[in-house]
Amino acid sequence: MPQFSRVLVVAAVGALLAFGPLKSALSQSQTLLNVSYDPTRELYREINQHFIKDYQDRTGVDLTIRQSHGGSGRQARSVIDGLDADVVTLALAYDIDAIADRGVLPKDWQGRLAKNSSPYTSTIVFLVRKGNPKNLADWDDLIEEGVQVITPNPKTSGGARWNYLAAWAYELRRSGGDARKAAEFVGKLFRNVPVLDTGARGSTTTFVERGIGDVLLAWENEAFLALNELGPDKFDIVVPSLSILAEPPVTVVDRVVDRKGTRQAAQAYLEYLYTPEAQDIIGRHYYRPTNAEAAAKYAEQFPALELITVDEVFGGWRKAQQEHFADGGNFDQIYQPQR
Amino acid sequence: MDSVVASSVKAGQTQVARAGRRGCTPGPQAGRPVRRRLRFGVLPGFGLSMGYAVLYLGLLVLIPLATLPIKSTELGWIQFWDVVTAPGVLASYRLTFGASALAALVNLVFGFIVAWILVRYRFPGKKVVDSLVDLPFALPTAVAGIALTALYAGNGWLGAPLERWFGIKVAFTPLGIVIALIFIGLPFVVRTVQPVLEDIERELEEAAASLGAGRLQTFLRVLLPTVLPALLTGFALAFARSVGEYGSVVFIAGNMPMVSEIAPLLIISKLEQFDYAGAAAIATVMLMFSFALLFIINLLQWWQSRRGLGRAV
Repeated sequence: MPQFSRVLVVAAVGALLAFGPLKSALSQSQTLLNVSYDPTRELYREINQHFIKDYQDRTGVDLTIRQSHGGSGRQARSVIDGLDADVVTLALAYDIDAIADRGVLPKDWQGRLAKNSSPYTSTIVFLVRKGNPKNLADWDDLIEEGVQVITPNPKTSGGARWNYLAAWAYELRRSGGDARKAAEFVGKLFRNVPVLDTGARGSTTTFVERGIGDVLLAWENEAFLALNELGPDKFDIVVPSLSILAEPPVTVVDRVVDRKGTRQAAQAYLEYLYTPEAQDIIGRHYYRPTNAEAAAKYAEQFPALELITVDEVFGGWRKAQQEHFADGGNFDQIYQPQR
Repeated sequence: MDSVVASSVKAGQTQVARAGRRGCTPGPQAGRPVRRRLRFGVLPGFGLSMGYAVLYLGLLVLIPLATLPIKSTELGWIQFWDVVTAPGVLASYRLTFGASALAALVNLVFGFIVAWILVRYRFPGKKVVDSLVDLPFALPTAVAGIALTALYAGNGWLGAPLERWFGIKVAFTPLGIVIALIFIGLPFVVRTVQPVLEDIERELEEAAASLGAGRLQTFLRVLLPTVLPALLTGFALAFARSVGEYGSVVFIAGNMPMVSEIAPLLIISKLEQFDYAGAAAIATVMLMFSFALLFIINLLQWWQSRRGLGRAV
């Protein structure tokens, strides 16, 4: 797939080289490619429309923004393999770290924009069947015998890593910092998982369409989407006492924008995400705005709960990845035969 | 896919050779021209076409596959060994090759029956059935996977009665994987066996019957030896296709580590961790296994056709 997209990009660049001079003589025009993760499709479609108009009014440049969506890790890999992304807007910082490791952008990228480069946040909540027949209120209810939990596989899904870490953080807090207890807790939870899909959308399908499981661990925005699209008469959202603050980060891909000469537009695009206008769109799509005003406007829609961060509890994404999700890490040990 | 191409070409050759043999029975007394023609071929341009074939195969098959072992050498022997013999990885080889072999075996039997019916009988809707056989070729495998999952899940049309009356769970178990692989492998057996069955003359069976052979004897000693090479090819193709299948299986498998996680999925999950070398290592092992198995099947085929030849002369 990366090869194929490279061919596409080469073809696109070829076409640009051929027609670029001609077109730019008529009017200033540029193309940006935003490489993002799965559930942001609708969000960025709306933001792009507004930004293109805004940018043309301010600078006269006629922008075209293309979007690419897929699993966060796979998208990062395409960029590493040469996909010409001007900006990346991924599910977790680790995936952008992996791109930075290849020298495509500086390693201190996360300090370049406000709020850890995360224009919005989200969290993990429970989606349960209508009326909550199994009375699931918090994380410790999920490890009871006979409860079926649906989550994707943390090894293939960025969203599932947040699920896993939230459960871990919960037990760590409850046991007063005992990592062994936390490992046991997460092990029990995952033994209640009958199907490990490869991505978040796959898990939603398993839960909603196939009718498997009592509870789906989901992105807050996905849970709201499922509720609104598929009918509030079928599901309820349950908010646990503690969850994780997911900060999906964004950054400019330096090597690409410097080559294409699109740095200014790319930078403006990402800064636009922090404006009140964009923050309002973000709130409307059930992501938590970071702008205080927009946050206040949508406060009612987001239940208050305690949110911990990966940096506080796990010492950053690199460390969390290494300890929990790398081969032989804590997640793999759940499924090792007991000796 | 490389092996698939190779073996289907081979099947073609055997068939042509067979037809040739049957067509010009007179044999040796015809003398030298036959041999000469065979050796140099009717058309000129061997050098050109051979060069083209080598370039084509090299660019499209050999070079991409050669990058796999090269990439995996980044690991070093000890690490390579650790990666490819981790318990989860071993379980996934067993599952992938076991389920593929089982599915190919089922297809061997039922694919043969389908081909037999399509060749030997006339019935209304035959043309429709004939084209239905090709559908698994054409359908995106993800579509097949989703359709099969919806059908066999606990609340699906087939899954619900199976679970309620027989207590059999299909979707999200290894059984589901076998079903998906049977689905995608079927046309390979049918389409390789069909032309060979069409070529068999009924007179042979009549002759066998008139010489006192029973039905079973006719089948075992007259029909089966003729179609066996084609059956083996079909088996090899279906098997090879199944080993590499990803799209349909991930939907129906449930993907539980150690239980229903196929090797291609492990490769994907290594890639998600940016572990290119580890992914290449597992792929290399699969490649070696597949190559060895296909090689053995081709040997069997060669041996079978030699035996057939010996008897004919």
